[in-house]
This record gives sequence, structure tokens and C-alpha cells, in this order.
Amino acid sequence: MQTQKTILYNFHKNLGAKFVPFAGYEMPIQYKDGIVKEHIITRESAGFFDVSHMGQLFLSGDKTLENSLEKIIPLDLKEIKLNQSKYSFLINNKGGVIDDLIITRTEKGFNIILNAACKENDIKEIVKCLKPEHKYDLKNDLSLIAIQGPKSESILESIVCGVNKLKFMNGNHFQFENKRIYITRSGYTGEDGFEVSITNSKAESFTKLLVEKGVKPIGLGARDTLRLEAGLCLYGHDLNENINPIQANLKWAISKRRREEGGFNGWENIREDLKNGASKIRVGIKPLGRIIAREGTKIFSSNGEEIGVITSGTFGPSVNSSVAMGYVKSEFSKINNKILLGVRGKKHDAAVSELPFYKKSYVK
Amino acid sequence: MSEKKFSKQHEWLTVDGEIATIGITKHATEMLGDIVFVELPEKGKNVEKDGHAGVVESTKAASDIYTPISGEITEGNQSVVDNPSEVNKDPEGGAWFFKMKIKNKSDLDSLMSKADYDKFVTENPN
Repeated sequence: MQTQKTILYNFHKNLGAKFVPFAGYEMPIQYKDGIVKEHIITRESAGFFDVSHMGQLFLSGDKTLENSLEKIIPLDLKEIKLNQSKYSFLINNKGGVIDDLIITRTEKGFNIILNAACKENDIKEIVKCLKPEHKYDLKNDLSLIAIQGPKSESILESIVCGVNKLKFMNGNHFQFENKRIYITRSGYTGEDGFEVSITNSKAESFTKLLVEKGVKPIGLGARDTLRLEAGLCLYGHDLNENINPIQANLKWAISKRRREEGGFNGWENIREDLKNGASKIRVGIKPLGRIIAREGTKIFSSNGEEIGVITSGTFGPSVNSSVAMGYVKSEFSKINNKILLGVRGKKHDAAVSELPFYKKSYVK
Repeated sequence: MSEKKFSKQHEWLTVDGEIATIGITKHATEMLGDIVFVELPEKGKNVEKDGHAGVVESTKAASDIYTPISGEITEGNQSVVDNPSEVNKDPEGGAWFFKMKIKNKSDLDSLMSKADYDKFVTENPN
């Protein structure tokens, strides 16, 4: 498969981006500042992320669209108001997560943001649930730019009037250079911020304005340290087709009505885990020293019994310590439970930690 | 103290009598990115030329440190273990990794001069 580029590729290049192949795209891993600085900038000021590789799927149809989608998405879609967004998943027949997503109600139906690596397969799975009269369109003419950090509201407001009225996980249409753009107040860094869906032809002039106003470019490297400190899952690592939302400790992303009524793919398995608890569960893990526990690191109980595996691990610049997430047998999942991590042939002390590692303090 | 010599694994080395001081090059730190963890060999450990002698981790990944010569470790630089980011700031100065007693002086012959290393890096940028 040939590697694709987003519309902003040359723009990133001029900003000093280092590229890596990611989900079939050449994406910036970092810019000149490097991962740690980019991370801190996002926490303390504002950064932008080109996330145009992600899928922007638009679905339209009559009232029956909700019922069709509810087969594969365990949300109460009737409850979602116009322009409101929710985090959830596509679920397979075993209850496993095909992808995690953000869904927003639009005038004509729904808009779903999908992971780049999964989007083509996601559509196949979604289409299986749709009726012939439902329409779907994976937009290739739209870019997606995230602006994250405490200064993102004031800076974006100076470019697009009215965004400061948006509430978290809500969106609306705005104008930029005579084009309609769609902005949601959301993100995946643990910071306040926005995601801007904008026609490809305006993506560069919009991003240029952000840079002029002091928003720094942030690569995938810092995106990963930011989301991990915020306790957020990365699909393909912390989530996959063999993990169900209960195991992933994401019960909250299944709506209450759906947890009672079911009626979605894999319900039997999920009902079982809802009732009796999952045998393994995702937890936060903090190594006691500076040792970094990468994906695949084995987790042991204090008696040396193997109890699980790390699915994400890095150094968290804002918490100034090593942080990780992984799956452990449920009986070992209590906060502060002492565990051991096998790194390079030695066992290192660690403890089960609360998530998120980093909590926004809104004190000003 | 001798002039710096360089290995293809991006270590530098200086010699003071029987003792060599070893660190990683500026080029290596630029490739690695922000360094967040350093593990050094223990004092008294005997290491073989081109053998494993520690680990350095950046926000991105873990990389092995190799020793460019054989010998016995005499000292590790605790300040880079405690403050790994020092390695990004001063890789070829204060942020050296370890000192060792040289076993075979002839090991030094295979190492590169600064000019040769710079050429090597230009020709092998990754």
C-alpha cells in the first residue's frame, strides 16, 4: 500500500517535522522542539495536531438510522442531542472493540470520527447494520485539526468568533473565510480544546493563522504521552478486537439503557462481564523508579505469578515519572496494589495507580 | 586527556592513562530524542568490546548502549541516571556515561577520529 499524505504535509515539513509512517500515512512524530517540549506546550499553552488521517464518516437517514447503528454502537443514540458528541465503540459479535470513536448528531444523522488504521474496515462493519435507504460518506475532502491546551479557547475565539460558547463534547457550524466549518469542543489530551473539521482547501490558511497566533505544532509522539497521562486508550494497543469495554474499564461509554437492555453485538459476553465482573481489567500502572515499561512488558504479582501485560508505557513529562497502562487479573487491580514489571530480565517494583495520571487543575 | 574517538554505534571515548571515559554522541541524542531513562553497567563489571553496557530510553523507544572497547567498569555517572535529560543538554561533556579500565589498548585503533565520524554520520544519517 502506498503511503498517503495529509493536505498539510508540506506545511509540516516547513515547520521542521520529522515524519513516520502511521496507519498508512506519513505523519509528523515531532517537530524541532521535541516530544517533551511539545507535551509541556500543550499542557501550559496551546498546540495543534493534524489528525486529518482519521476518518470523518457522515451517516444520514430517517429515524431508523438510530436503531441500525445501535446494533454496533452501545450508546443510547436517541438521547444524543443535535451537535452533542459521545465517546464509544464499534462492537463485534464477541463484544470486542472493533474501534473506538466519537459520534456527534448532525442535522441529517450522525458524524463519526474513526481511527485512521481502522476506518476502512469500520465502514464495512457499519454498513452491515445499515438499511439500503441509509447513506454514508467517508469524507476525503475534509481535514481535521485539533487545538489543545489552556490557551486554545482564547486563540481560537480570535479566529472563529463564538467558539467560546461551546460546551465540552458539543459542536456547531462556524464560518472561516466564507466556508462553513464544523468545530467540536473535544480532544484526546486531557486538556480543554477543539477539533476543527475544515475543507481541505482552507486547512493550510487556517493552520497558518494558528501558528501566527502562537499555537505550536505537536506531533504524534507528544500526542501519545499526553493521552497516556490522561488515561486514554490507544486503539491497537490498549484496545483491540479481543478486549471488551468492561475489561477496558470503559463501562461508562456504554449508555445506561444499553447496559440494561443490551441489543447490540456481543451483548451476551458483555452482560456476563457486567454481572460478574471481567476476569482481567485495564489499570493504570506506575513503576516506582524511572524504569519505562513498554508495551508487552509482563506484569507479575508480588509472589512472582504472571498476572498480566503492559499495553502502553512511556515517560510522562507533566507527572515527571514513568507511567503505563495494562491488563491484570481483576483480583490484582486494586489501587496501590504492589506489582512487579519484568524489564530486561529483572523484576521492577510498581503499583496499580489511579487513572488519569494527570488531572487538569483549573485553578487560575 | 586524549582527543575524542568515536564508534559506529555512536559512542565517544576519551583516554586518560589506563582509564577511558565513554558517552553517547550528540548525533545519537538527536536521533533518540528526549532521553528519560539511563541504565549503566555496575562498577567492577567486565565488559567486552561491542558488548551490551546499558540502556538509554527516550520518550519514543529503548536503545542499547554498547562499549566500544573491552575492560572493567570503574565508575558510572550517577547524575545522568538521576537526571536523564542532562544527556540531551551536554552529551559529549558532563553527561558522560561510564569510565572503565582499558583491557587492550589495541581496541582503540578501530575507533574513528572526529572528522571520520562526522563523515560516517553524513553517509549513514540513520
